[in-house]
Amino acid sequence: MNPIEHLNKLFESRIRLGVMSVLMVNEEVSFNDLKAMLDVTDGNLASHLSTLEDNAYIKVHKGFVGRKTNTTYSITKAGEKAFKGHLAALEAMIKFTQ
Amino acid sequence: MNEQQHLDTLKDIKRIMERSTRFMSLSGLGGVGAGLSGLIGAWFAWRILDDYRNGATVPADAYDGAAYDGTGNLNVLILKLLLIAAAVLLGALTTGSYFTWRKARQQGLPIWDATARKVVFNLAVPLVAGGFFILGMIYNGFYGFVSPACLVFYGLALINASKFTMPELRYVGFIETGLGIFATFWLGHGLFFWALGFGVVHILYGTIMWWKYERAPQGA
Repeated sequence: MNPIEHLNKLFESRIRLGVMSVLMVNEEVSFNDLKAMLDVTDGNLASHLSTLEDNAYIKVHKGFVGRKTNTTYSITKAGEKAFKGHLAALEAMIKFTQ
Repeated sequence: MNEQQHLDTLKDIKRIMERSTRFMSLSGLGGVGAGLSGLIGAWFAWRILDDYRNGATVPADAYDGAAYDGTGNLNVLILKLLLIAAAVLLGALTTGSYFTWRKARQQGLPIWDATARKVVFNLAVPLVAGGFFILGMIYNGFYGFVSPACLVFYGLALINASKFTMPELRYVGFIETGLGIFATFWLGHGLFFWALGFGVVHILYGTIMWWKYERAPQGA
């Protein structure tokens, strides 16, 4: 058995991995909070978020707070499953090499 | 990718999950500062109560108001005690936020992020409810219950907020709530329980937290 076949290519980026980690434990997180938690630039975060959205791993909610746009993100069922699978693969990988 | 890299990745994930749900910059030194201002406040309150008791010819072991109706200067006494309480609150908040701000800056973390807002909100709900409840008791002359009620509501607030910060705060919440309930059956010793709960317990908690998390340079 190839231990890395279950590793998800999409989660190889540290930023995408970070986004998924945050969304796993928080119901809804705003763009600005994600930015502060992961310490990345606007453009960088936005492109990683759209990749995750294109794969239906996360959902985007566009709203307003007063007149300012307030975009929040949450994880989808598919995203949760994919991320858990990736974590299990990481753990299996570590056990395999030990 | 080797084993170490995978381990690092898992550690990263765990760290991000924890950091995004819990406000970890709460400083133990802030707790010690809050405890000290609590003890200083209790000492002033004790002095004022002592003066009041010596001035009025009433039993020395009771200061729960009911016995003093008609002496005239009860309102002054309450005002003085409320001023002390406000000063203690201000002192505790100032030292608490200063040391927390300092710790957050040292760790390079934002101080006012989503997790901090969660902590403040979850503290505020029971505290504001308790605050108005206590004002109602003062208004109706149930002075003896003020100190136990402070402890009970504060303890519940800590239990509520502990989900979003140091898990140890939960035990402080249990202790404060327990002290408050105990004090309800020892009316007349309110100041003693108040000093114990807001002074001694804070100092102990702050010292333990400082010892556990802040003394050594942050490794993990």
